[in-house]
Amino acid sequence: MNDVILYTIITLGGIGAVSAVILYFVAQKFKVFEDPRIDEVEEALPSANCGGCGYPGCRNFAEACVKTDDLSSLFCPVGGNETMSAVASALGQTVEAKEPQVAVLLCNGSSANRKRTSEFDSAANCTIAAATYGGDTDCTHGCLGLGECVDACGFDAMYMDPETGLPVVIEDMCTACGACVAACPKDLFQLRDKGKKSKRIYVACMNTDKGAPAKKACDVACIGCSKCFKECKFDAITMANNKAYIDYEACKLCRACVAVCPTGAIHEINFPARRVKPAKEAGEAKVAPKKPATEVEAKVDIVEKAKEATKATPNTEENTSKNENKNNEDKSSNEEK
Amino acid sequence: MLKTFPVGGVHPPENKFSVGKPIETLPLPKTVTIPAGQHIGAPTQVLVKRGDEVKVGQLIAKAGGFVSANIHSSVSGKVKKIDEVFDSSGYRKMSVIIDVEGDEWLEDIDKSDELKKEISLSKEEIVKKVSEMGIVGLGGATFPTHVKLSIPDGKKAEHLIINAVECEPYLTADHQLMMEKGEEIMVGISVLMKATDVSKAIIGIENNKPDAIEHLTKIAANYKGITVEALKVQYPQGGEKQLIKALINREVPSGGLPLDVGCVVQNVGTAFAVYEAIQKNKPLFERVVSVTGKNVSKPSNFMVRVGTSTDILIEAVGGLPSDSGKVVSGGPMMGKALSRTDVPITKGSSGVLIFKEEEAKREKMNPCIRCAKCVTVCPMGLEPYLLMTVTQSSDYERVENERALDCIECGSCSYTCPSTRPLLDYIRLGKGAVTKIIRQRNQK
Repeated sequence: MNDVILYTIITLGGIGAVSAVILYFVAQKFKVFEDPRIDEVEEALPSANCGGCGYPGCRNFAEACVKTDDLSSLFCPVGGNETMSAVASALGQTVEAKEPQVAVLLCNGSSANRKRTSEFDSAANCTIAAATYGGDTDCTHGCLGLGECVDACGFDAMYMDPETGLPVVIEDMCTACGACVAACPKDLFQLRDKGKKSKRIYVACMNTDKGAPAKKACDVACIGCSKCFKECKFDAITMANNKAYIDYEACKLCRACVAVCPTGAIHEINFPARRVKPAKEAGEAKVAPKKPATEVEAKVDIVEKAKEATKATPNTEENTSKNENKNNEDKSSNEEK
Repeated sequence: MLKTFPVGGVHPPENKFSVGKPIETLPLPKTVTIPAGQHIGAPTQVLVKRGDEVKVGQLIAKAGGFVSANIHSSVSGKVKKIDEVFDSSGYRKMSVIIDVEGDEWLEDIDKSDELKKEISLSKEEIVKKVSEMGIVGLGGATFPTHVKLSIPDGKKAEHLIINAVECEPYLTADHQLMMEKGEEIMVGISVLMKATDVSKAIIGIENNKPDAIEHLTKIAANYKGITVEALKVQYPQGGEKQLIKALINREVPSGGLPLDVGCVVQNVGTAFAVYEAIQKNKPLFERVVSVTGKNVSKPSNFMVRVGTSTDILIEAVGGLPSDSGKVVSGGPMMGKALSRTDVPITKGSSGVLIFKEEEAKREKMNPCIRCAKCVTVCPMGLEPYLLMTVTQSSDYERVENERALDCIECGSCSYTCPSTRPLLDYIRLGKGAVTKIIRQRNQK
């Protein structure tokens, strides 16, 4: 018995030793040289492997960083400026800080705003619904509410609001990786700068139908009336396809457009609440008051607000308002938590 | 032993409630909404504008390229407006809305019932006229017929196969057309034979239409080269690849066309439309539509002018029963549930089916139990359970390799699945994604 065990140990040990030697030499011969800097860069990355940078996985992004001479075209949205400066210092380069971005949903067609006209009972998938028909309302451009974007989000930064039927982006957790942008078959998401102090203004509507059918389908649709376009003093608004587009880079966050929008399609996020005017009854048209007295009131109001705002946050461009605003309709909406 | 296709297939209940009901012509509607796109291919260019007076058969939208089709007015009257309105696709589409005044047809359309047997046009002239008259495949796919008839150099057609199968349950439009217009159909087939230079035409009819088989066999005896074959009742017998395999035992290669095995397949309704176009100068502006359902009091077959609202057809069969759940355009297997009934009948509308709530509701999806029933029934020999799973994982490379593009979207898999998984919906999603990828790949 002892002999058997002894010979077994010797034989297996011998095979093991020989294999080890062979493997050592083979490993040396077929060794792949990898720039050690790739490991260093990868260390600095968040390891989310989300694809937001445009590369399949963090290691591939690290390789791209090492290979390139100019880091300005590469950006990890998840890690942001902190990560990119760590990457830059690991490679002995410098990189400019970029504005942090966030995803916004360009649709506010909630159950309250948009009447449901049919029921969809096929697979609960937005792409399938979009291929089948224009959705369960008369707005064929809006959110289908089946949550493909929420499924696509790899950072738990989105959830479906059961009351509105719309997806909600959690601002603090959104890394602007672009997964929801790619997932949405209606192209309702936009990646844009978070904005100064997280303030942003955008047209929450992608309806390109003419004003009448758009408004009939959804109370808060953009009807392409051009009031915002006429109001904007900074040329930040373009009218095309029966709707308004706000260029977030040109926008100075003055909120003049928000005030004149008759349907409330333009949203302002993270602004302090305006002084609320006496509530108008539901169904009344939102018309600019024409009497001079009211106009004077309006001007005083704005000047006062500007003073207040300047007191609270000095030296910020967006708080000085030079508008001759005729309409006092306020729409302050906070959907993002 | 009746001929049939060898792989897969299902046997849904036939429910042909409207069988034998003579084709009724409804009174003209007050207004028609004619979509500017009723075909596969490039969009058309609308030629008329608000206020224009039009006659029946007048060209109102011009084909936007080779793979495209002309649209003709189905009524006489005044153009009310040109606007984007909802159609059966569930989206707003550019349409010509006409207020109907009288029933004045273009002068050169022969309105008589006289059978015109002699074909005076040449092969090229026939194809040209088929294109001018806006003829598209009336089986439901609406593929422009002149494109199918334009045989490219190097290819030759040996057989013309006429698809008179009507394998979808409920639909009886083609059946009734065969019973009432048998001779005209034969002439239409002869026209198609001349256009494609073939000497042999086979009409395939499912065995559940014995009267049609007998009727057409009798008539075909007087026409050279045309034969009628009865086929086993099995869905999807009317799929062109299945039909070709059943009738002449040839298999269209994966990714190929019937012409690759020497065949041109045309629907029997298209053959009738070709007769009217070539022999009577009548463009395509009306078609037979079956309006039926278990709860419908008067299941019928109507000859409908394109642009007539579906609402009118539903009213004509006694209105929408109170327990209705879905109104489907087309057949129950491949048709599409409408999100609203005020949409127009178009060249592709073969039926309007009214389903009860309990018939129509789709059950919720359960996990796959690996029973392989979907694999058994797939007429193209694919694995639907797998295609759905890999589509859900977005593994589009695998979706392509598993031949998802060969799927004919017949719906046999979804119909059979005991876990009521929406197999076809996901396969379509996968097909769409793969097609996009291939297009991008070819552009590089």
